[in-house]
Parts: sequence; C-alpha cells; structure tokens
Amino acid sequence: MILQQSYLEVRAKLLEIAATLDRIQAAPGGEAVSGDHSDRRRIDTAIEILASDDSRRAARLQHLFSRPYDADWRKKMEL
Amino acid sequence: MDYIDPHIHMVSRITDDYETLARMGCVAMSEPAFWAGFDRGSVDGFRDYFRQLTEVEPRRAAQYGIQHYTWLCINAKEAEDVSLSRDVIAMIPEFLDRANVLGIGEIGLNKNTKNEATIFLEHLDVAAEHRQPILIHTPHLEDKYQGTRMILDMLTGDSRLDPDRVLVDHVEEHTIDEVLGRGFWAGMTLYPVTKCTPSRAADMIERTGGEKLLANSAGDWGPSKPTAVPDLIFELRRRGHSEALIKKVVYDNPLEFFSRSKNFHFNPRV
Repeated sequence: MILQQSYLEVRAKLLEIAATLDRIQAAPGGEAVSGDHSDRRRIDTAIEILASDDSRRAARLQHLFSRPYDADWRKKMEL
Repeated sequence: MDYIDPHIHMVSRITDDYETLARMGCVAMSEPAFWAGFDRGSVDGFRDYFRQLTEVEPRRAAQYGIQHYTWLCINAKEAEDVSLSRDVIAMIPEFLDRANVLGIGEIGLNKNTKNEATIFLEHLDVAAEHRQPILIHTPHLEDKYQGTRMILDMLTGDSRLDPDRVLVDHVEEHTIDEVLGRGFWAGMTLYPVTKCTPSRAADMIERTGGEKLLANSAGDWGPSKPTAVPDLIFELRRRGHSEALIKKVVYDNPLEFFSRSKNFHFNPRV
C-alpha cells in the first residue's frame, strides 16, 4: 500500500534526478563530467545503493555524502 | 493539537508568523541563540541580541498566547573567533536568571575546526558551573556525521554532564542512533534541502518509538517553514498513528526536556 501511495512521488523525484543528469551532460563541457569527477562518482554510488536490497538506504546515503570521523581527532587537534 | 516548537528563530520572523503559529496550535517555543547571517563585530552586539531574546521575543509571543523560552551562547560559526567568543561566554551568566532562559545553546560545531571545539568545551564549562541544560547544534550536510561524533566525544568525556539534560539537535538517519544510544535527547529539524522532511522524521519516529525524540522547524532567515511541526503531525495522522504517539513527540517530550531547567514554568491551556 505504501508503494501505491508513494509511487507518483517517487516517480517525480526520479525524473528530477534523471533530468538533472541529462542537463549536466548537455551543458558545455558536460561530457567531461564523467565518473572521474568525485561528486559524479558519489552520485553513481548513491544510485547503486538505491537499487540495492538494503533496508537502510537513507542512512547509507547519508554516510556516502559525509566526511569521515577520525577517532583520534582530539589528539590531532591537541584538545 | 497543541504543540511546542523546541527550536525556532523568531528574531528572524515577522509578527504575522506568531499569529499563524498560534492558529496552528503552537502554545510554546524555545529559541536558541544562533548565527544571524553575518558575523557580529563585538560583544555588545551579542548583549543586544540576548536582550532581544529575553525581553522582546517573549513579549511578541505573548500577544498570541505563545510562551517563549530561549537559550544563550555564541554559535558554532562565530566561535571561530576565539577572542570574541570568550568575551561573549563571560557575559552569558548575567542573563541566566532571566525568566525565559532555559540553558546554554545552541552550541556545537560548524566546520569541525579546533577553534570551534575549543569554544564548545568552554561553553560546557559554563553549563556545568551553572548547572544549565544544553541544546546542541550539529553541523550541516557532509560535516554532520563527523561533527556529531566529535560533539558526542566531548559530551561523554565530561563527567559533570548528565545526558538527560542535553538535547542534540538536527539528527538524521546516520546520527540518530549515535545520539539516542548514549542517553541524550534527540531533535529532528524539518528544514528543506539541508536537513530532514516530515516523511523522513516520521520514519525515524516509527523506528525508535519516539522515545526522547523531539521535532522542530528551526524557522529562521533562510528558506524554512515555521509551520513544519504541524506538517509532521499531519504526516503521522495520515499514516494512522495514535494521537498519543504524536502528542508524545510534539508536546510531552519538549515539556519533559524543558523541565530539566529551573526557569521552566509552563502554563498549559485548560
């Protein structure tokens, strides 16, 4: 039932992403923004996460787009 | 349903917003000290700001039957200026006995720098010395996870602090368990683009049962929606959740957390 209720909203959001990627590619120099660009790689990885069976996709996406935590930060900052 | 917005910046909103919020059921709010959109130049700028938070906003709110509370600090962004920060921190105790002051906040990190962490620790000293509850700002976007973990390290490393008197705000899917798992209160901010939507907040409520969880609009001078908490109420009702669960998150939990402050005197509607 949730799938039925949310289908059109998800469809709209996916179209928005698809159109944005098309726009990036169509822009001058757009063909150069390929998998070598780190932001583009993150987007591609995010799309793989979405397509997976993982039930914690949102949390995984958050971690993908996050700076890593270093447990030694206090020592490095001398605090 | 009566609700409380535990994190909203009314200094940056017009009086019409108070009327709208009152009509939508807001009976109380708490407003932490924040970054005004520019870096203030002197401690006197903060003194005037604290006067606005403790004198002007409660009066504006009262015109519409809303009880206004506040938290005081120098925010994480301006904390990069250590000298100014120390002058502001020295001034905070002057205001702690004002009637609507709940504690120290919203302190935290912005870009997770050494200066920000230094000033965060000095705020903890003030909070501990004056036995004040604390409201925490966690960073935005890619800095959130790293900054939240650093903040939690500093909080749990201080034996003077009681997690039950600390609210860690702006949690999202990758930080909520870290916060709740250590016994702190957690706030979800319903703020477009850079934070959370009502749907995602509802998901987190479903996963956690709503224990020690609050929701807020963080309405401010940027693109934001002060009526976001009613949006969450609507989403939870749409999903068929009980009035008891909804009231727990948007009314009971804020009341319970604020009651940790000696200055919290709330008059419920009868």
